[in-house]
Amino acid sequence: MTPLPGSPTPRRRVRGRWHGTDTVFQYAVRAAAALVIVVLVATAVFLVQQAWPALRQYGILSYLLSDRWAPSEATATGRHPNPYGIAQFAYGTAVTSLIAMVLAVPVAVAVSLYLTEIAPRWLRRWLSGLVDLLAAIPSVVYGFWGIFALIPAVRPAGVWVSRTLGTAPVIGPLFAGPFFGVSYLVAGLVLAIMILPIITAICREVFATVPTEDKESALALGATRWEMVRMAVLPRSRSGIAGAAVLGLGRAVGETIAVTMVIGNNALSITTSLLGPGATMASVIANEFTESTEPFHLQSLMVVGAWLLVIALAVNTVGKLIVRRTREDIA
Amino acid sequence: MTPDTTAAARIDVVNLTAFYHGQPAVADVDLVIEPRQVTALIGPSGSGKSTLLRCMNGLHLTVPDASLTGQVLLDDADIYAKGSNPVEIRQRVGMVFQRATPFPTMSVRDNVLAGLHLGRRLGRGPHDDVAEQALTKAGLWQEVKDRLKAPAASLSGGQQQRMCIARALAVEPEVLLMDEPCAHLDPISTLTIEDLIREIKETYTVVIVTHNMQQAARVADTTAFLTMSAVGEPGRLVEVGPTERIFSSPRRQTTEDYISGKIG
Amino acid sequence: MAAPASTSASAARRGLPRRLSVNTAMTVVLCLVTAGVVALLLWILGYVAGQGLKYLGPMFLTHTPPGDPSQAGGGFANGIVGSLVIVGIATGLSVPVGIAAAVHMVEYRGRLARACGFLTDVLIGLPSIVTGAFVYALWVAHFGFSGLAGAVALGLIMLPLVIRATAEVLRLVPVELREASLALGVSRARTVMSIVLPTARSGIVTGVMLAVARAMGETAPLLLTALGNDLFLETNPTRRMSTLSLQIFSNAITGFATAQARAWAGTLTLVVIVLVLSVGARLISRRGIVRSAR
Repeated sequence: MTPLPGSPTPRRRVRGRWHGTDTVFQYAVRAAAALVIVVLVATAVFLVQQAWPALRQYGILSYLLSDRWAPSEATATGRHPNPYGIAQFAYGTAVTSLIAMVLAVPVAVAVSLYLTEIAPRWLRRWLSGLVDLLAAIPSVVYGFWGIFALIPAVRPAGVWVSRTLGTAPVIGPLFAGPFFGVSYLVAGLVLAIMILPIITAICREVFATVPTEDKESALALGATRWEMVRMAVLPRSRSGIAGAAVLGLGRAVGETIAVTMVIGNNALSITTSLLGPGATMASVIANEFTESTEPFHLQSLMVVGAWLLVIALAVNTVGKLIVRRTREDIA
Repeated sequence: MTPDTTAAARIDVVNLTAFYHGQPAVADVDLVIEPRQVTALIGPSGSGKSTLLRCMNGLHLTVPDASLTGQVLLDDADIYAKGSNPVEIRQRVGMVFQRATPFPTMSVRDNVLAGLHLGRRLGRGPHDDVAEQALTKAGLWQEVKDRLKAPAASLSGGQQQRMCIARALAVEPEVLLMDEPCAHLDPISTLTIEDLIREIKETYTVVIVTHNMQQAARVADTTAFLTMSAVGEPGRLVEVGPTERIFSSPRRQTTEDYISGKIG
Repeated sequence: MAAPASTSASAARRGLPRRLSVNTAMTVVLCLVTAGVVALLLWILGYVAGQGLKYLGPMFLTHTPPGDPSQAGGGFANGIVGSLVIVGIATGLSVPVGIAAAVHMVEYRGRLARACGFLTDVLIGLPSIVTGAFVYALWVAHFGFSGLAGAVALGLIMLPLVIRATAEVLRLVPVELREASLALGVSRARTVMSIVLPTARSGIVTGVMLAVARAMGETAPLLLTALGNDLFLETNPTRRMSTLSLQIFSNAITGFATAQARAWAGTLTLVVIVLVLSVGARLISRRGIVRSAR
């Protein structure tokens, strides 16, 4: 750009005129926003830094390749085999989260459909408030309730499943052996209840964005209310539901204390039966952190924490991107 | 064309008042809609034309907190009587909206057949004939016969609106309600749809809400004029009669004022 | 030519009774599922209330647990005080920073603001135990377990919740209001402080209350930071401290009926606190909407 004749500072771009207090204020709020980025980066850096001695001792891969967690076998110098295999924790996290998702998503979709399309208006606000309250109940309460109320309630079903499905071909191993009470299955069940309100909230939002015109034109063709849902509401909401499910999964992956209380904390190795005790990545950290006295024990828990960070961030980012894209599509 | 098996129906609106949140939007309407004719509802914004139209297929009651009193007789049977079925009524009385509302996840063919499969899966076979016939009636067949599997959103605005008409016709309604079907279209698409309306009135009863008085003059056999005494007051039916008479020698002063552009 | 058309159309009409019964059946199913979820909530709350009321009383609220967990009596006074202290500090840390970050996001835009918006969402999805491990590495590894470390962890958990809630209400404040103020010659900072934030106040308070409710119930990160202290009432946040949630956890898993009785009373106390905060937040936000609609 050619400077105007007589312009005192020709090359400076004018961004805005800030008075003294404004500059201070602007820098202060900018610093606060930057803190968010700093926190996230620092979390990753500090976890890896804590885990570093153990990673150097055993290597990264040996953690994922072993499913045997035996801190008492660790020595200050031994490198092989790695006594801190974590594959069983990854398995436990995956299995419990998947159970939770399979149970929670259909229920959440049904509840959201009822709340947005079918329930009488005066009832909607009350019911959505009640469903939201499920999200307010603290994790430790779910765990305690799970031990004393849920496990006794599902025990007959658990025993029945182990008797009937335990010997079935193909899926048999998943339901083999006695029902312990504390188990992957109950942990998944508790997680399902915990992620239900989150998925429901997002689904409700997604369903609410379906234009009234679409719903009315389905009705005008002679559709019943359910047919209207199938024609106009669900097809438009598919990716939104998927995003909601992934975000629910992200929450389930990181959930700690409730799972720790009902999963049985069997850290030894991968056990295939869903009816028996296990452990997840989050639960092993909570369970052993304050008692980690063996060499590289604490550092190995930090390795688990670092992996949990990576998985949770990946799942949540994917979920956010799906939901965000859906919103942009509609807008 | 072979005569249609379904007979165009007649609608009698009897002393109808429609409410939103307990407030009347249109009040005390008595109106006869003759079969095989085009009836236009005209009047300023807020006069309750669309609400009146939506009472004729019961769509009004799907809005939360909406209610009505009075009767709407479809071939002498009150559609709001106990035991009458809203789903059946909506199949007999089709509707086309202001904005084209293609179902975005469906192809052109599936959109046209949407009222027949209603959310269920639909195999191939005889249904293709139905789609062809409905699209032909809507004057769209020649334009889309090679893109039946294309997403409906790929059609132009005017084509989408005609596709929505085809979708409404595929259900074989007896009455077709049109709520300002050309409000968002260019003049050429508007003329195409007006031609189409003149054609389908041979077999159907057509009721059209329009802002555009020239359009009413061009397509309607009968014209009904609604207005309200003030903003916030319910709309009322002022005058109804043969279109030519309404436009050439209206009996009420308000009608004349509206037609000559003094109000609205 | 019209024949096939009329058959399919009338077929759809003949199938009407069946279609209507499908509609009714699905309506009933959706209604039952929703009723089931509500029943589940009532079961949880009812069970907690039933178990908690057996022991909840003045004794529970004013005493510390007995030295031997198998003995009856005592209460969670130290945990209740610890929760108030730790969550109080966490709120003091996270609310100003969170509001400031939200102000930057909404009022100043730009690349940092966009990054901050996305990363706030990411931070919300961060498992709380990971935050606990971070604060352990950052603080506890050097200075030892303390209530303050717990407060930092809870503050980090609250921070993105406060940012998101605040940013959401700030976006609802009409642009005209800001422009009217700027046009009067009021500086940007003053506009935010005296026009924008007060307008958004009830929404921000709602968000903060929900974040406090969340922090009140957090347990896992505190295991790694505040550690817990079942022995005596500790009010100095530079030492290890107990919280209500930590005491529920440690007493629940002891296996002693006496300790579990205390844990149930603690659970009821915690649930009441959290529900009062959540329901109160809803009421405030509803009142705020009504006011701005007028």
